Amino acid sequence: MGSSADRPLTIFGSTSRRDAWWVEILPVVIILSAFGIYATYRAFEGKFYAWGPYLSPFYSPLIDPDHHWWRFSPALLILAGPLGFRATCYYYRKAYYRAFFLHPPACAVSEGGRRDYRGETRFPFILQNLHRWFFYLALVFLCFLWWDAIRAFFFSDGFGIGVGSLVLLANIMLLTLYTFSCHSLRHLAGGKLDCFSCTRFGPPRRTAWGWLSRLNERHMLFAWLSLFSVGLADLYVRMVSAGLLKDIRLL
Amino acid sequence: MVEGSFADATLRVFRGDKQGGTPADYRVPLVPGMVVLDALHSIQSHQAPDLAVRWNCKAGKCGSCSAEVNGRPRLTCKTRMDALPLDQPITIFPMKAFPVIKDLVTDVSWNFRVNQKIPPFQPRPGTEWKMDQRDVNRVQEFRKCIECFLCQDVCHVLRDHGKLEQFGGPRFFVRTASLEMHPLDGASRAQVLKNELGIGLCNITKCCTEVCPEDIHITDNAIIPLKERVVDEFYDPLLMLVRKIRSAKKPRPGGEGHGI
Repeated sequence: MGSSADRPLTIFGSTSRRDAWWVEILPVVIILSAFGIYATYRAFEGKFYAWGPYLSPFYSPLIDPDHHWWRFSPALLILAGPLGFRATCYYYRKAYYRAFFLHPPACAVSEGGRRDYRGETRFPFILQNLHRWFFYLALVFLCFLWWDAIRAFFFSDGFGIGVGSLVLLANIMLLTLYTFSCHSLRHLAGGKLDCFSCTRFGPPRRTAWGWLSRLNERHMLFAWLSLFSVGLADLYVRMVSAGLLKDIRLL
Repeated sequence: MVEGSFADATLRVFRGDKQGGTPADYRVPLVPGMVVLDALHSIQSHQAPDLAVRWNCKAGKCGSCSAEVNGRPRLTCKTRMDALPLDQPITIFPMKAFPVIKDLVTDVSWNFRVNQKIPPFQPRPGTEWKMDQRDVNRVQEFRKCIECFLCQDVCHVLRDHGKLEQFGGPRFFVRTASLEMHPLDGASRAQVLKNELGIGLCNITKCCTEVCPEDIHITDNAIIPLKERVVDEFYDPLLMLVRKIRSAKKPRPGGEGHGI
């Protein structure tokens, strides 16, 4: 099918839109690429990930830091978890399908031609269906990161507050909001029920679903804020650990 | 727009049929509060009585006057002229995803054939015909749909890839969601969603939500929850095992809801 209206709108990027539609995808390309490059560099660096009570979120949980059985950077042992959670996230999928795969580059802008598009029905994108499993894994990571954030308030001389303590606390709070605004959680908590009032534990699940739905409306916001916070938290720990920045003790 | 009736706008309107066509320019005098559909009616009345435009309520409720205004799928009755830049012609084309019948009128009958693939409402056996408002709140959002088919038009799976046989499109995910999440319905449509309506082809890029004139959160409230129900049914080994154990213990006639 398809319209016979006389418009050459089947060439890539062709559209009758008058606005600068490509502006929409530029920040996504720039920020995700910059984060990807920085995170890859940090994952392989294998040093400057801890200082005092601070531990970089890229290296938490810290496994075999003394290289007894793992020769490479400890971050490589754990990063697949958070990476998988973000890569299969319903919001990030929208962002990178548009910005990197250009499927479509913007609404009502042609992708060009009619190649064999398969969406999420074939490998590798069928693996997006594993999102809820990465969510379960993300919950485990949250526990470790909360522990790290609390520990960041306990220095060698006792309780204290450093800038790094607040950075790690802000980071884990944003990561928690991002994780709890997840679409899969919203579904599992109650969205999957057809009838809340006639199912066992239906009413509390409806309440949970209602709250999670409110958070879910801001999933995109939390996705970006937590991406920045996790990158900046790591950068802060790295700078302090490498001696490029002095951590200021507030208390 | 300038108050009064002295300013003009140029409308570049597609004129043609399924054989092809060309855009034609018309100068239209502007009046306060004018919408694109008013401008098209002005063209019909004074310059081109044979201009074909489908319309009905002129109030954004019948879903008839869908077209692409300056490249964006819109209801022409809800697009104000004073919201459009008038320094160059306003382009008005028929919906790209559907075949043109004449001028701005397209053949949307494919949608009604897709609709027939969706298993209708099937009450659970022994249903008590009484519903709690809090259980139906969710599906009432989907009942706002006016079937303008703008979401179908903008969906790249239909618009660019022409997956008409394999894919149902956002409109019919919304309709399926309204049945699937109905508190009295007992059927599971996960199989149909996966195989007949091809929900896996949707890559949730949200253009459907962006163009919906009824502000239905198509992607977040219909498509993603349905994708999750398909995951429950086909891609979650843990739930599959739980269902197997449960069905071995207690057979559930008349289809299954989602209660795990």
